[in-house]
Amino acid sequence: MKRFAELLETLVLTPSRNAKIAAMAQYFQTTPDPDRGFALAAITRDLTLSNLKAGALRQLAMERVDPELFLMSYDYVGDLAETISLIWPHAARDPGAATVPGVAAFIAGIESRPKADVAGHIATLLDSATPSERWAMIKLATGGLRVGVSARLAKTALAVYGGQDLEEIEKIWHGLEIPYTDLFAWLDGRAATPHIQPGRTFHPMMLSNPIDEARDFDRLDAADYQAEWKWDGIRVQLVFDGESRRVFSRTGDDVSAAFPDLAATLDGHAVLDGELLVGHDFRPLAFNSLQQRLNRKTPAKTHLRDLPAFVRVYDMLFDRDEDLRDLPLSYRRSRLEDWMRGHAGGRLDLSEILPFESWDDLARLRLEGAEVHGYEGLMVKHRQSPYVAGRPKGPWFKWKREPRMIDTVMMYAQRGHGRRSSFYSDFTFGIWRGNEIVPVGKAYSGFTDDELRELDKWVRANTTNRFGPVREVEKRLVVELAFDSAHDSPRHKSGIALRFPRISRIRWDKPANEADTIETVRALVE
Amino acid sequence: MNWLNHELYIEPIDAYIDPARPVKRAIITHGHADHARPGHDHVLATPQTIDIMKQRYGAHCAGSFQALEFGTALVDGPVTITLFPAGHILGSAQVRLAYEGRVAVVTGDYKTHADSTAQPFELVSCDLFITEATFGLPVFQHPDPAQEIARLLASVAAQPERCHVIGAYALGKAQRVIRLIREAGHDAPIFLHGAQEKLCAYYASQGVELGNLQKALDRDKGSFPGHIIIAPPSALRDRWSRRLPDPVVCQASGWMTIKQRAKQSGVELPLVISDHADWNELTDTITATGADTIWVTHGREDALVHWCRSRGLQAEPLYMQGREEDAGE
Repeated sequence: MKRFAELLETLVLTPSRNAKIAAMAQYFQTTPDPDRGFALAAITRDLTLSNLKAGALRQLAMERVDPELFLMSYDYVGDLAETISLIWPHAARDPGAATVPGVAAFIAGIESRPKADVAGHIATLLDSATPSERWAMIKLATGGLRVGVSARLAKTALAVYGGQDLEEIEKIWHGLEIPYTDLFAWLDGRAATPHIQPGRTFHPMMLSNPIDEARDFDRLDAADYQAEWKWDGIRVQLVFDGESRRVFSRTGDDVSAAFPDLAATLDGHAVLDGELLVGHDFRPLAFNSLQQRLNRKTPAKTHLRDLPAFVRVYDMLFDRDEDLRDLPLSYRRSRLEDWMRGHAGGRLDLSEILPFESWDDLARLRLEGAEVHGYEGLMVKHRQSPYVAGRPKGPWFKWKREPRMIDTVMMYAQRGHGRRSSFYSDFTFGIWRGNEIVPVGKAYSGFTDDELRELDKWVRANTTNRFGPVREVEKRLVVELAFDSAHDSPRHKSGIALRFPRISRIRWDKPANEADTIETVRALVE
Repeated sequence: MNWLNHELYIEPIDAYIDPARPVKRAIITHGHADHARPGHDHVLATPQTIDIMKQRYGAHCAGSFQALEFGTALVDGPVTITLFPAGHILGSAQVRLAYEGRVAVVTGDYKTHADSTAQPFELVSCDLFITEATFGLPVFQHPDPAQEIARLLASVAAQPERCHVIGAYALGKAQRVIRLIREAGHDAPIFLHGAQEKLCAYYASQGVELGNLQKALDRDKGSFPGHIIIAPPSALRDRWSRRLPDPVVCQASGWMTIKQRAKQSGVELPLVISDHADWNELTDTITATGADTIWVTHGREDALVHWCRSRGLQAEPLYMQGREEDAGE
């Protein structure tokens, strides 16, 4: 555990990407199986322990120290693992209480115990460990390391360590199982590339970048690109081979159980990419209708009846076991069209290709789409682009419609986590309803680091009330919020929910009574 | 107590302790800028605090000075004033005030763990204890500073091609870090940022052995690899540090306990070395003074007030101006 703790510490504190890669590669080099595999899974956030959750650890800490002091500390530190590891009484430390296990043994020690015994077991380990070992153990147990390493960077370190191509690792990644002994055997040169079944596995998605209107259009030739509507649903990958039928979210989570109406209809053997939507006859309802079906393990009967799921497909990654990803988009598209002809009916609908001659043409389409149909914008993809995991710069763009703007008043602030711990960075904003201000949305982004420092200072100086970690502030700071669309929402006091709200400008100059009213915002509801 | 208010104003003798603005009479606990300000008509402090104030602000930074040695009672009308070591930095004092049979102690900043650059903290029994709370949360449990210096020296040995630059405040922290490095047996020259020189010289004149110190100014890059440089934290992100070859940025502070804090300030090697009491020292000291009333100032007042009340003590927070959360020294 000590070495893993040292690795995490280096990863947190080293600003240099190369130094992080080197630290991980060195850890893989010097750590045996299966410890390194479990550590890797923790870093890539693929590790979850079924016997121990964050809540149980919090409970444990609150039994050791005054709960109120614990909550004040957690609010201050902004990281559960760090709070517990630091607050655990040092004076009670008894290195003889138990041997601090290695990574794999630690996990096995939790997962093999009856749930009721886990808390006591952890307490003994925390008593015997150093603060930094405690931190590492709790990080392992709770997942979400927050050490400034993306899964992508961890895979880069694997590629460096094994002298392999990162893309090769990405391609097999989701077919592998923790603790990745076959992967390490391959990277160590002791075995061939691990074999995976493409028709059963999630394949990392290709993502787009926002278009830069000022720069991109001048240098790009419209003839090289195809355009489609940008659908306001959730991106999914359909993976089916006749026996298994699965729907994966963008992050690779299996959401098939939430959409059995869709999954059951997947006939054939392919991997398709598309947008999950709800509605009858392929007519999509607004996003908040879909939202009712998200985050549910299984759907309600009424949802299956009123909000049937379908997918607007736009790409094909595999046809049977044939990997199409290295072939150009135009070719994949024609294969997709062929495949769709052979699999008519069901819940799949082909995403339409929009004809356009020039970027000006496309700009008109985008405006019309937004104003007439309420579409979110356009997807613009290079016809020659292969399907590459990640977010490569260049081949795929999203061109969203112009955001909507309203002036709101800051109401509450809460401290952020991770990099922003200690800063008040999570805000609730409101608008006028008669003489009162009612909350209309939360926003955590859209400001620079300097602005964050100013906002933090402002919150501290203008606090009127505290509710645990939340500060209520004087209702006088006006912030211009940008958002994609507004919808009815019985869950918000204002009755309105905003989609993708973010801070557009801080209006230090504007008095609160000039902020927008609920009537203005209601007029924007779609 | 109506003779001593929340601004630390002592009514019977018309004097303030560590006032943030110029006043007629000030009692100064120690030389840090958030406690010692220039412009008072009259200052009462330990001889070393007076030396330090004169050095920082000039010989005439107060109308007149009155030095009071530790442990010597000064009878000033109805109030008896005695200074006791606070263990925070050289010359730092707690102020004991006795009036009509009641005793109040104002700690200024303090710590109780060992430090060979400051007079060791002395516990003073009292009725009212006015304590700082810079690290007044139970997550702050400072490790043994020798262990932190061992990590520093291991890193220096492991990366001889880089230099280690330690962010440390010029008054107190810099000298403490240097002493700890010397006590760990490291006797190579240590390079100083210009802002550190005068106070290091002053500490040396007061008998604090700091070993071979050299000016970092005018050195070429080639002289730094493998060496330790001490600079004010602000210089770490300034042009000053550009002259250093691939420095490992270290910071010596109690805040370094929290890794995300260290990361936010761009620190690669955090050293948890504090001149303030940690949570355990605060709570142990409060108990040991025997005081029944506790006032808590600058820092995380809420948590310490909560702790005191849960133990049946009278406790109140003092929200003092100019001592904002996370303030420097």
